[in-house]
Amino acid sequence: MREIHVNEIINAVRDLCIEANYYLNEDIKNAFLKSRDEESFKLAKDIMDILIKNAEIAKNENMPMCQDTGMTVVFLEVGQDVHIVGGNLNDAINEGVRRGYIEGYLRKSVVKDPIDRENTKDNTPAVIWTNIIPGDKLKITVVPKGFGSENMSQIKMLKPADGVEGVKDFVLKVVKEAGPNPCPPIIVGVGIGGTFELSAYLAKKALLRPIDKRNENPFYAKLEEELLNLINGLGIGPQGFGGRTTALAVNIETFATHIAGLPVAVNISCHATRHAEKVL
Amino acid sequence: MIRITTPLTDDVIKSLKAGDSVLLTGYVYTARDAAHKRLVELIKAGKELPFDIKGQIIYYVGPTPAKEGQPIGSAGPTTSYRMDPYTPALLDKGLKGMIGKGKRSGEVIESIKKNCAVYFAAIGGAAALTAKCVKESTLIAYEDLGAEAIRRLYVEDLPLVVVIDSEGNNYYEIGQREYLSSLK
Repeated sequence: MREIHVNEIINAVRDLCIEANYYLNEDIKNAFLKSRDEESFKLAKDIMDILIKNAEIAKNENMPMCQDTGMTVVFLEVGQDVHIVGGNLNDAINEGVRRGYIEGYLRKSVVKDPIDRENTKDNTPAVIWTNIIPGDKLKITVVPKGFGSENMSQIKMLKPADGVEGVKDFVLKVVKEAGPNPCPPIIVGVGIGGTFELSAYLAKKALLRPIDKRNENPFYAKLEEELLNLINGLGIGPQGFGGRTTALAVNIETFATHIAGLPVAVNISCHATRHAEKVL
Repeated sequence: MIRITTPLTDDVIKSLKAGDSVLLTGYVYTARDAAHKRLVELIKAGKELPFDIKGQIIYYVGPTPAKEGQPIGSAGPTTSYRMDPYTPALLDKGLKGMIGKGKRSGEVIESIKKNCAVYFAAIGGAAALTAKCVKESTLIAYEDLGAEAIRRLYVEDLPLVVVIDSEGNNYYEIGQREYLSSLK
């Protein structure tokens, strides 16, 4: 049994909140550069150039890339041989978020109650997903999720008869309806299978995978590429002003499902799709 | 590149066409969901607004906190459709321009035409770059709303794209159509 003190967790979460909001991930930066070079439309090219410059300014001046520093989603992979000491795990995560958002000059965007809407003033509580896995490590992934794109996400319980064509139609419908709203070029997280709530979880989890890595299953890897091509044929383009790059990637995650069902969730994410991770 | 300054005159507004890239200099007022709700409640109650809205521009933004010595933190646009239920009432009161990102309702587009106004998009997500254009920030109202308070910003050369012009042309439709027809 390996002991990890909550103070280590607090510090890690604090740092990850700041890192994810200030620094664009390398896979996405590369996709920006490729898109800028490949766009035939001048305005589309100019937009990609602005997004590249924005990431450079944020990095050089240690400031958030986007003013919507998100609701903080935290994925934990807890090794079953880890013993957390010194306090409660969820409290430690929230304390890390509190410190990260206050000390990192990040925007506090969370309201305590969805109807009453009073701001909690420290961006807590985080949405925390915990998975117990073999081993004695603790992996923390922080995903600050902006709501311009979150609001454009949808879920649908398809019929088994709808099959892969039904999945494709639904993903395209969601992207079309989102149009310019979620700050395209977007990254499309798709969860297929499981139950109602698991498909949504898978769609969010799909956004954690680097965009230059395809699904390990060749069928879904091909489907990711096919969907990306279809989406980039819509013409929405960077910021919705017209162009090829409507999406930078489609990431699909799947799970077994019931004989009567085919749940599909589409979690739309903006061009920055921020996430940072650390293993303790 | 077209350079424009606030307050916008009707002549300038009429000269702007959907798809124009512009650099804006001058004062704009920030407001998003919660501030819009309060402004429209004041209008309904027949009360004065906390600033003279005639001829002004509202920027839909909730910035990150400013670091010491800086006027503002990161300050890109938020998605505009959430302000749609409130926008026609503000345009009727003399508002001339909105800066945000994303689609607007048919009602808002009609109100833009009726009131000779204009809807600009700032570059969504380019919030660090946008912050560099903000030279001054003054709190005007609703401090209790935090990031959602109304502030008056002085911006210099803020990069914008005209999305809906005073004739109701919508660049989100035009740009996509032009791109697709360029492939044929």
